[in-house]
Amino acid sequence: MSLNKLTIKRAHQGLVKRRFSAVELTEAVLNQIKKQDRQIHAYLTLTEESALSQAKRVDKKIANREKIGLLAGIPVAIKDLILVEGVRCTAGSKILANYIAPYDATAIKRLRRAGAVIVGKTNLDEFGMGSSTENSAYGITKNPHDLERVPGGSSGGSAAALAADECIYALGTDTGGSIRQPASFCGIVGLKPTYGRVSRYGLIAFASSLDQIGLMAKTVEDARIVLEAIAGQDKMDSTSLNPPNQTTKGQFQIKGLKIGLPKEYFVKGLDSDVEKIVRAAAAQYEKMGAQVIEVSLPFSEYALPSYYIIQPAEASANLARYDGIKYGLSEPANQLLDVYLKTRQHGFGDEVRRRIMLGTYTLSAGYYEAYYLKAQKVRTLIREDFAKAFEKADVLMGPVAPTPAFKIGEKIDDPISMYLSDIYTVAVSLAGLPAVSLPCGQVGKLPVGLQIIGRHFEEEKILQIAQDYENVSA
Amino acid sequence: MKLSEEQVNHIAKLARLGLTDKENKKFRKELSAILDFIEQLNKAKTEKVEPTAQVTGLENVIRQDKGQAKTKQEAEKLLKLTPETKDGYVKVKAVL
Repeated sequence: MSLNKLTIKRAHQGLVKRRFSAVELTEAVLNQIKKQDRQIHAYLTLTEESALSQAKRVDKKIANREKIGLLAGIPVAIKDLILVEGVRCTAGSKILANYIAPYDATAIKRLRRAGAVIVGKTNLDEFGMGSSTENSAYGITKNPHDLERVPGGSSGGSAAALAADECIYALGTDTGGSIRQPASFCGIVGLKPTYGRVSRYGLIAFASSLDQIGLMAKTVEDARIVLEAIAGQDKMDSTSLNPPNQTTKGQFQIKGLKIGLPKEYFVKGLDSDVEKIVRAAAAQYEKMGAQVIEVSLPFSEYALPSYYIIQPAEASANLARYDGIKYGLSEPANQLLDVYLKTRQHGFGDEVRRRIMLGTYTLSAGYYEAYYLKAQKVRTLIREDFAKAFEKADVLMGPVAPTPAFKIGEKIDDPISMYLSDIYTVAVSLAGLPAVSLPCGQVGKLPVGLQIIGRHFEEEKILQIAQDYENVSA
Repeated sequence: MKLSEEQVNHIAKLARLGLTDKENKKFRKELSAILDFIEQLNKAKTEKVEPTAQVTGLENVIRQDKGQAKTKQEAEKLLKLTPETKDGYVKVKAVL
């Protein structure tokens, strides 16, 4: 088996048993990138040199018989929205084409401490705004399962890199589905943690009440390893926090587990093949002793409209910092106002400008109450929906996306049809809940993901539930 | 909600985004459609509902109101990223 196809767990065992070195493992990944990435275009920047020196450092430790952690020497891909010190960070935007990150994000610091080997930065929809990675200023990423289709987005580069074995695991970010939907489209495991579980320090801000760093992995077991490494309260992000009580590990079992299927997630608009696959996964849990019940999230229909007020509003404020003065692109002009206007006109792509204008409008004088405040009230209703559903069920399950990966170009000219591909993921983001996207079948050659949603801070539980399924289906 | 040409120009100005006439036309059409879509929210009854801004129950996380001086290297790194500097300061164009 080629080394680049290994999981974290197996690569770690190979390193410890000295069957291969971290340098060999890293080279296998880099070679795969060289062979494959001209077709896939998952990466925007490669950090080959520093990757190899990180790997050498781990090999030295192994040679000295020092104990190494599970992530030491393991190659990882990082979404190009997360800062890695000294490496260009574009956010998929022309406005940051030459931006060299001046510091490490906290998640990156933690990975470094664990000995991780960072091989490169992956493509994304500009600033995370999109569901297909077509909104990147640096070209389209292709789905490794079908090169005519999108990998999903916005973390499409990370998902495609992993599905093409161009890394062992990857970091992504999720604001309204940007980890889960590409994970579903590319047939890998994706985890969006509880809002605040992973520090956002060093993550380029998009919509601050929703943004969350998370991960993509080949197996659920790997996902747990990565979560443990990157999670935790951080003084640099005042919204980050640790789980209030240590979750009960090991006391949990599938037998008797109550799985709620929200009836609003199985209605018109859901592809019939996707529905069959998701229901079959639920039936599999039933066979394993779980009880499947129907639950209701009555305000589901308002999740997407509410999300498309809150998220662009926060984005319009966050992206005000790109002014051509402090960093990034700067278009020459005689007057300050013209520097702003030209820089932002030329530096931002269409989708980003659309959302900035939308957010500016809904926050402008006289409209705040009708839009932003209204959306925040609906956000309360959506949170309460989940709270009530979790009184009846221990965990919720449903589709990640209404369809498998769609064709490149299919939705790019129709913003609303693109937005609809996040219909099952945004409500979870509005409520700040953790959710896993777990591969559970295929339509033809296209993967389909099962979304497993937990209460706040129940990452370990939903991962355990996912792992039990993975064990049976493997 | 149909936006007018003037409204779109006004929004673009507030957002400090330059806009050509052709772009105005394109965004006018797209933004109007998106506004129609989000206005579905008007159907939701929210009279007695409190708004949510924070989802995990955190309140008033505070720290000391104290700046942190950057080291010379840190400051250099940041200044290197700026388009224009003068004597170690960020240079800004004339406002008027």
